[in-house]
Amino acid sequence: MAEIVLDGVTKSFGKTEVIHPVQATIADGEFVVIVGPSGCGKSTLLRIIAGLETATAGEIRIAGKRVNEVEPKDRNIAMVFQNYALYPHMTVYGNMAYGLKIRKLSRADIEQRVQRAAKILELGPYLQRKPRELSGGQRQRVAMGRAIVREPAAFLFDEPLSNLDAKLRVQMRLEIQKLHRELRTTSVYVTHDQVEAMTLADRMFVINAGTIEQAGAPIEVYDDPATLFVAGFIGSPSMNFLPGRREADGVEVGGGMKVPLPEALRASAPQSLTVGVRPEHLELGGTEGLPFRLNVETIEALGADSLLHTNFHGTPLVARVDGHAAPAAGETLTFTVLPRHLYFFDTASGKRLRAGR
Amino acid sequence: MEKRVVFKSAWLPYALVAPQIAITVIFFFWPAIEAVYYAFLVQDPFGLSSHFVWFQNFTELFASPEYLDSFKTTAVFSVLVAALGMSIALLLAAMADRVIRGSLAYKTMLIWPYAVAPAIAGVLWAFMFSPSIGIVTYYLLKLGLNWNWVINGNQAMLLVVMAAAYKQVSYNFLFFLAGLQSIPRSMIEAAAIDGASPVRRFWTIIFPLISPTTFFLLVVNIVYAFFDTFGVIDATTQGGPAAATEILVYKVYYDGVKAADLGGSSAQSVILMFIVIALTVVQFRFVERKVQY
Amino acid sequence: MKDATTALMVENRPIADFIAHAILILGVIVVAFPLWVTFVASTRTFDEIVNVPMALTPGTHLIDNYRQALTAGSERGSSAPVGTMLMNSAIVAFCIAVGKIAISIISAFAIVYFRFPLRKFFFWMIFLTLMLPVEVRIIPTFEVAADLKLLDSYQGLILPLIASATATFLFRQFFLTIPDELVEAARIDGAGPMRFFFDVVIPLSRTHVAALFVILFIYGWNQYLWPLLITQKESMYTVVIGIKRMIAAGDASNEWNIIMATAMLALLPPALVVILMQKWFVKGLVDSEK
Repeated sequence: MAEIVLDGVTKSFGKTEVIHPVQATIADGEFVVIVGPSGCGKSTLLRIIAGLETATAGEIRIAGKRVNEVEPKDRNIAMVFQNYALYPHMTVYGNMAYGLKIRKLSRADIEQRVQRAAKILELGPYLQRKPRELSGGQRQRVAMGRAIVREPAAFLFDEPLSNLDAKLRVQMRLEIQKLHRELRTTSVYVTHDQVEAMTLADRMFVINAGTIEQAGAPIEVYDDPATLFVAGFIGSPSMNFLPGRREADGVEVGGGMKVPLPEALRASAPQSLTVGVRPEHLELGGTEGLPFRLNVETIEALGADSLLHTNFHGTPLVARVDGHAAPAAGETLTFTVLPRHLYFFDTASGKRLRAGR
Repeated sequence: MEKRVVFKSAWLPYALVAPQIAITVIFFFWPAIEAVYYAFLVQDPFGLSSHFVWFQNFTELFASPEYLDSFKTTAVFSVLVAALGMSIALLLAAMADRVIRGSLAYKTMLIWPYAVAPAIAGVLWAFMFSPSIGIVTYYLLKLGLNWNWVINGNQAMLLVVMAAAYKQVSYNFLFFLAGLQSIPRSMIEAAAIDGASPVRRFWTIIFPLISPTTFFLLVVNIVYAFFDTFGVIDATTQGGPAAATEILVYKVYYDGVKAADLGGSSAQSVILMFIVIALTVVQFRFVERKVQY
Repeated sequence: MKDATTALMVENRPIADFIAHAILILGVIVVAFPLWVTFVASTRTFDEIVNVPMALTPGTHLIDNYRQALTAGSERGSSAPVGTMLMNSAIVAFCIAVGKIAISIISAFAIVYFRFPLRKFFFWMIFLTLMLPVEVRIIPTFEVAADLKLLDSYQGLILPLIASATATFLFRQFFLTIPDELVEAARIDGAGPMRFFFDVVIPLSRTHVAALFVILFIYGWNQYLWPLLITQKESMYTVVIGIKRMIAAGDASNEWNIIMATAMLALLPPALVVILMQKWFVKGLVDSEK
């Protein structure tokens, strides 16, 4: 087990810098999810930790030791790949044992470790099968088994669930959680799926265009997003954004509607603001808070909830309401939002306006 | 296309390519360079000395009616081998694509001649068509056909064409069949519903769709006829009678090995090099297209 | 899918199918006829053959002819025993096939899995061998072989033929389809390049190796011009050369029964390879033209 430190890690391909200096520490035993849209550099960052890419600048330390020049095999890490990367001609047992054989472990040792991993992952009956005879979920488990048997200092997961169907993904998510609870191995997990990030992470790094925009526990990031990007990326459905104009002690958000600007923010607020409100914070038939008159255009009934797609003076707004309280399309209704559920962003910089910062 | 991940080693990749590069240099490039060099030399009759003569060997070649005839012979031979081998193969492939019952058996029984060495194919056909003891000759004579390829140049040409095309039929058949089977059935069904007769369907729908295969096979067959048929000629007519079947590769061999004309034979080698380069370029241009197609 | 087509062809199926079968059967007969004549001649005596027309049914001297061919060879023309020649052919064909595969697979591995100076240059060198068949460099290649004392030796029959641009390209093409993640997984597992080559690349290449082996074995067995140039001793003849050497004189004086038995022996091994390993053969043929 080990702490992983990224100290000013930078990556350039030719002249383009794809990862801007990253400063981060992943604590011993922590489960960190790096989440971001495709092409944001999250996989590159993981591959730099693994040693499959070299950092252009900066230092990577695993368990206190600089590993920039260390071969992947000697970094004491294990990696789980998106397409599993199982050796197709080897059995499940062979796949898991391969790295141990290369490390010249004794037969008995290998046997014991593989059996243990197989037990944890419930792969016992499949040890003599070839990967092609397994389902997607089983293959994924073999890939994890291959990582577990190594008993590494850290697990690196590169979008491990994105090749699975929705139902299996949920199940595997739970298994990975359970696994981490049991093994307590430092884990770095890369995904573009914010639900995976929310459910798995002790802490998550939201990364965009090569920069970590925010790091924190999932619920912190959800409650207190640092930027427009983070606010829009974390939470499903996405946060609604209304373009706003500063007006004395408030913000005009369209159709003459004005929302109050908290006192603490007044000094620093620019002229052009973006006001964010989460769909789940638009309350139908509420009595408290700011009233929004919204025309319901379409309805997505999800069962427990319904998503109402509405229009507010030309800006689409989504509201999440109880599935049984869904109105009909075409109705114009009043929704309320508590002032503390409004988020204010500087439109130009994308930064959130936060009191005291 | 390149690999994203590579191994690092200062010496290993060189060690891995070394055997192939060694063979290539020793047995391909060095002799080829020598052939080019020899093409500019003339040797005295005893092979004791030689001197540099610039393009004299080439000008002599192109002034020599035998060499120009050999060009013509090669052209006729190649066109006939390609035409005969491909048309028979296409007919058989079109039929094999139609039948359901026994198609594997037909396939097996039509592809084995690919395994027959050109020289052996030559021996087989020469034996059947032997002027004195050939079984086919006997029946041709009964039909009033006087068959003797040992003295009749056209008949000799026909014999080597048949022997050379024999093995190529198998090859062409396999590729035509694969081409035919890759045509979506729905397209043929659509044509059938439009009322096109099978023959019309073949020429208006199927044949155009397999034209890439046809062109590819045309190049391959011509390369084969140019370079791989040496054994057929050497085992049967040996270029005769009266050079009627003396194709370029046979002449370069004969002049160099049997007649020991080093300069002349090397000049021919150089010309053949240009031909093979041209054919390879055509082939690869086409392969590029095939990949995209 | 086939059924759907035939259903549509219902209007003309019986006649058209009959014609298709008839043409195919005719094709099979024409293709097989030379083989049958050869087989029949190999079972008859010399006198039966030259007594035109030879009957087209097998004779009674099969064992005699083959025994003579295998152990003693023809009494006229070349007289080396065909048994030796078959052995030579088998050794040469096997070594050419294995050699071509071996040196091609390692050079393709180097070209795909390493970045090194001259990589492109080597690749193009290998490519250029396609443009230099023996036929365009006969005498100098012979001289090189002579200088290296390779005449009348297995090395001489084999080595100059084991460079292979086609096989190298085929392996390169295939390696490029192996997912990158497999190399990464192997690197994390601690496998170095050669370990990865033997543990992963070779096992994954098995089908390609098998297919290529079939094609290259036939290629090696059927070599003609090169063995003709560098073998002078009868004990080093391959069977394809040997049969040519048996045909020395005119039609009436060749020992046709022995020659035909030899022809059968020369064409059966590669033909059996094609028939018995049809799947690999077809794959090899199609792959190597990509």
